[in-house]
Amino acid sequence: MHAFANPRRFLAIAVPATPWCFWGGVALILAGSLAGLFVTPADYLQGETVRILYIHVPTAWLGMGGWTGLTVAAIMQLVWRHPLASVAGQAIAVPGAVFTALCLVTGSIWGRPTWGTWWEWDGRLTSMLLLLFLYIGYIALARSSAQQGDEGGVSRVTAIYALIGALNLPVIHYSVVWWNSLHQGRSITLRGSSIDGSMLWPLGLTVLGFSLWFAAIVFLRMRAILAENRIEARLRRMSRG
Amino acid sequence: MIGAIILRDLGRAYRGGGAWLPLAFLLLIAALFPFAVGPNATLLSQTGGGLLWIAALLASLLPIDRLIEPDRESGVIDQLVLRGLGEGTILLAKGIAHWLSFGPPLLIAALPAGALLKLEPEMLQLVIAGLALGTPGLAALALLVAALTAGQRGSGALTGLLVLPLAVPLLIFGAGALQFGGASALKLVAACSLLLCVIAPVAGGAAMRAGRD
Repeated sequence: MHAFANPRRFLAIAVPATPWCFWGGVALILAGSLAGLFVTPADYLQGETVRILYIHVPTAWLGMGGWTGLTVAAIMQLVWRHPLASVAGQAIAVPGAVFTALCLVTGSIWGRPTWGTWWEWDGRLTSMLLLLFLYIGYIALARSSAQQGDEGGVSRVTAIYALIGALNLPVIHYSVVWWNSLHQGRSITLRGSSIDGSMLWPLGLTVLGFSLWFAAIVFLRMRAILAENRIEARLRRMSRG
Repeated sequence: MIGAIILRDLGRAYRGGGAWLPLAFLLLIAALFPFAVGPNATLLSQTGGGLLWIAALLASLLPIDRLIEPDRESGVIDQLVLRGLGEGTILLAKGIAHWLSFGPPLLIAALPAGALLKLEPEMLQLVIAGLALGTPGLAALALLVAALTAGQRGSGALTGLLVLPLAVPLLIFGAGALQFGGASALKLVAACSLLLCVIAPVAGGAAMRAGRD
């Protein structure tokens, strides 16, 4: 990983990778969504409403994946003082929060026809809402603890908060097992899937597509932060004369 | 040295009057709630236990900006570190002092508050048992967030945003004990509390070191 400590070396990979991730992700999302809308059969129980699955599951996966990314970045920042880790933390936080919010919104829209309620105080919903609050806290702490003249990226204090918040992730993951309420249990496990193959394959496309798209957004944000750092450094040099 | 820090902080909290703030706050909320929903005894006794938990959670936010920041700014903590004390040890001592000035007054306040909210005796017992087990966790959490936000301007609104999501497990199990009347929920409150008490000095100490460089 230390090969990428130099931003220039990181950019040499990130710059060409960004359009591939971005447009590849968009293509896969479109393909998966169209297939989910028109090709797959409707569910025997939930009817047409099941099609929101192809958006809901990727956003949930990325909401949690985003915090996992923050945790990994925090460990790299605290343990190895990797210079790009703090930039990555700042780049991941906002998209992660947006995807978590999207997951809650799509879940709520899906819940209305199938469960008959917009919101249910169920373990998984509650812990996902908590994750959103944790993201907001992370972003607010990063803003508040950023000091004048710092390089772009989150402070070490914010990284510590990311590690504390990571305690919530296993709770979300196992919440459907521990509290058996309205939200269904795990459909997809390492041993296979309880979703029929005819309905499952577009989900693979959208999960992969949204993940690539998420990576592209994070790359773009990291590039923007790094560019801002260079502008700041140049201004400082110029002001010194 | 640890004992000296505890005694000093305790003396400051009780003499400075800061320790009575959560007590007055809890009583005030218990007095306001019947104004808001009406003095219906059944409604009050049903919701009062949970309300006391919320009030305790909010009361734990009150002392956060006085926990670490004054000592950090005046250089007391730096001096202690120069004498060879680790940040974690200092935070542990401060945490013990904070709980001693925060937990017992809150527990005492819960008794008259329970009367104001017309709680059943068994319910009040569960609330007090839960708070006795949960307040160390709340105190540790307040200390942790105080360490995370030390030295930042305008962190007042931020502290609530950072503390409350992390306090949710305590609230769920503490209020869950009221609903299901179980020793198991109280054990989970104790477990959460213990976890927070272990994490807070370690993570808070790391945050204070990170804030220095």
